[in-house]
Amino acid sequence: MKVLVPVKRVIDPNVRPRVKADGSGVDLANIKMAMNPFCEISVEEAVRLKEKGVVTEIVIVSIGPAQAQETIRIGLAMGGDRGILVQTDAAVEPLAVAKILAKIVEAEQPQLVITGKQAIDDDSNQTGQMLAALLGWPQGTFASGVTKDGDKLSVTREVDGGLQTVSLNLPAVVTTDLRLNEPRFASLPNIMKAKKKPIDMKTPADYGVDVAPRLTIVKVAEPKKREAGEKVADVDALIAKLKSVGAI
Amino acid sequence: MAVLVLAEHSNSALNDVTAKTVAAAQAFGGDVDVLVAGHHAKAAADAAAKLAGVRKVLHVEGEAFSHALAEAVEALVVPMMANYDAFFAPATTTGKNVSPRIAAKLDVMQVSEITKVIDKDTFERPIYAGNAIMTVKSSDPKKVVTVRGTAFQPVASSGSASVETVAAPAGPYLAAFVSEQVQKSDRPELASAKRVVSGGRALASADQFNQYILPLADKLGAGVGASRAAVDAGYAPNDFQVGQTGKVVAPELYVAIGISGAIQHLAGMKDSKIIVAINKDEEAPIFQIADYGLVGDLFKIVPELTSKL
Ligand SMILES: Cc1cc2nc3c(=O)[nH]c(=O)nc-3n(C[C@H](O)[C@H](O)[C@H](O)COP(=O)(O)OP(=O)(O)OC[C@H]3O[C@@H](n4cnc5c(N)ncnc54)[C@H](O)[C@@H]3O)c2cc1C
Ligand SMILES: Cc1cc2nc3c(=O)[nH]c(=O)nc-3n(C[C@H](O)[C@H](O)[C@H](O)COP(=O)(O)OP(=O)(O)OC[C@H]3O[C@@H](n4cnc5c(N)ncnc54)[C@H](O)[C@@H]3O)c2cc1C
Repeated sequence: MKVLVPVKRVIDPNVRPRVKADGSGVDLANIKMAMNPFCEISVEEAVRLKEKGVVTEIVIVSIGPAQAQETIRIGLAMGGDRGILVQTDAAVEPLAVAKILAKIVEAEQPQLVITGKQAIDDDSNQTGQMLAALLGWPQGTFASGVTKDGDKLSVTREVDGGLQTVSLNLPAVVTTDLRLNEPRFASLPNIMKAKKKPIDMKTPADYGVDVAPRLTIVKVAEPKKREAGEKVADVDALIAKLKSVGAI
Repeated sequence: MAVLVLAEHSNSALNDVTAKTVAAAQAFGGDVDVLVAGHHAKAAADAAAKLAGVRKVLHVEGEAFSHALAEAVEALVVPMMANYDAFFAPATTTGKNVSPRIAAKLDVMQVSEITKVIDKDTFERPIYAGNAIMTVKSSDPKKVVTVRGTAFQPVASSGSASVETVAAPAGPYLAAFVSEQVQKSDRPELASAKRVVSGGRALASADQFNQYILPLADKLGAGVGASRAAVDAGYAPNDFQVGQTGKVVAPELYVAIGISGAIQHLAGMKDSKIIVAINKDEEAPIFQIADYGLVGDLFKIVPELTSKL
């Protein structure tokens, strides 16, 4: 089966984001960007399914600026077969991303879409579920295990109480959680090979999707700073302090 | 104006976070109804009816609701929304699973994990692992919102709303619940515990995690948490993970043991009232937000602390 993997270009998870002084957003100028870590896990899962012979073709999609091609190339170097960039410099909300992805699904007819559970910039945790609803497909969110079981997909999910397993009719959407796998690093030869893999360039207009935002950012502010407290000398001093503030 | 709140429950009991989500819905304004969709969930519906200020409880019974299957909850809620201006769900794994489906079907952009209601269009929510707080205004006619429980005070259980039975949609659904692995524990639930003791990579094994962290937690009557590193390494189960991509907690007391204090971990606990850090590295970033820091070897300090409490 064919699988579609949407990947997002985000701030590198090791970089500490700074709020812009004018409160309009987070300063991303000259900041190191990377593939969203959950999207790396999605690509890895697709590649493993291909290595197992379950998946025949992996299409990597990103919706974002021209530089998102680099993010797609990483996915191609990890084992993706070809890419689609839906190029836009606008801020695209999960609902619009899901609508574009739904159109791509219509054109590509994959049996499976694997998205990350959340992007580490906006932390929305929506896109995969929205896509599933728009397509009328079942979903297995926050996946820590995915196996094909005849014509069904068995997905183990990380939920608040522990783990839950659901069985999905295909086609389906899966969103990945941290423990699903450990993504591989793309090797240099694979990075070179990925440069020759095709990336289709599209725009939101090609899919007839209105990406006008529904949410406007009124302001983005620094959270309340927490002051560092004090170091205590030993366990007795700690207990005394905790008693004095009524914490124990 | 009316708001539909999705209750979080275990069929036999109502989860605390429901009362907090009701509080957020009341801050939004209008009549607040609570939807209890479950299987043999009368006890949860009755508990929801006691939440102060609730107009009525809508109780739906069906096997597909025993584990809140997203596809089934979507089929149930979307037609109901004709009568509501907003849908509020707790930002639990259940709420996060179903709400975006409902939003997409209503053609609404969801506002995720709000920490404050400013007015009926405007909300505050943390982004970038809590490193920035965004105020967003929604232009959608109906709102779909998930609520961060730690940011709202629960409403009291002093009400007496009526309970109305609503028919379940016919199904069948394209997904089915198969099984679950739930750790049964007598300890307080992590997300709502008044005290939390968390262990990190420094614990070095599941045995040591259990041997050092659990007795201290029990002494304090605390819930148990862990860093991602400890969960990834298998020292603690996945539902213990505190952080940006795990659970968000804000207890009266949070004790971080052998945890360095990465921003992703801080995102899940920095709103705790008192933070204690025990770490052998005096430069560990966790000390920058801890009220009380103790530098030293946890394998010596923790047993001593446990015995002296
Ligand atoms: C302060 C601020 C500044 C912003 N600035 C910009 C900006 O300069 N440019 C801009 O484009 N947007 C900007 N945005 C908007 C933001 O990028 C969108 O909200 C985002 O596309 C969707 O949210 P999410 O990634 O949190 O979704 P989630 O639902 O958390 O994402 C989950 C998964 O969906 C998939 N996915 C999500 N988005 C995409 C995508 N674009 N392409 C492919 N797959 C995807 C991935 O698999 C991802 O793992 C900004 C937002 C804020 C708050
Ligand atoms: C996409 C993404 C999402 C993430 N989400 C989360 C999340 O939700 N939650 C989370 O926690 N992390 C998350 N992380 C991981 C995070 O970045 C850190 O890697 C993780 O929190 C580190 O865990 P730790 O503090 O236990 O381990 P380490 O950083 O290795 O710290 C161990 C600490 O123990 C101390 N130590 C060692 N031995 C002793 C001893 N004998 N006595 C006392 N102290 C000792 C060390 O000095 C050190 O400070 C995420 C990362 C990414 C990329």
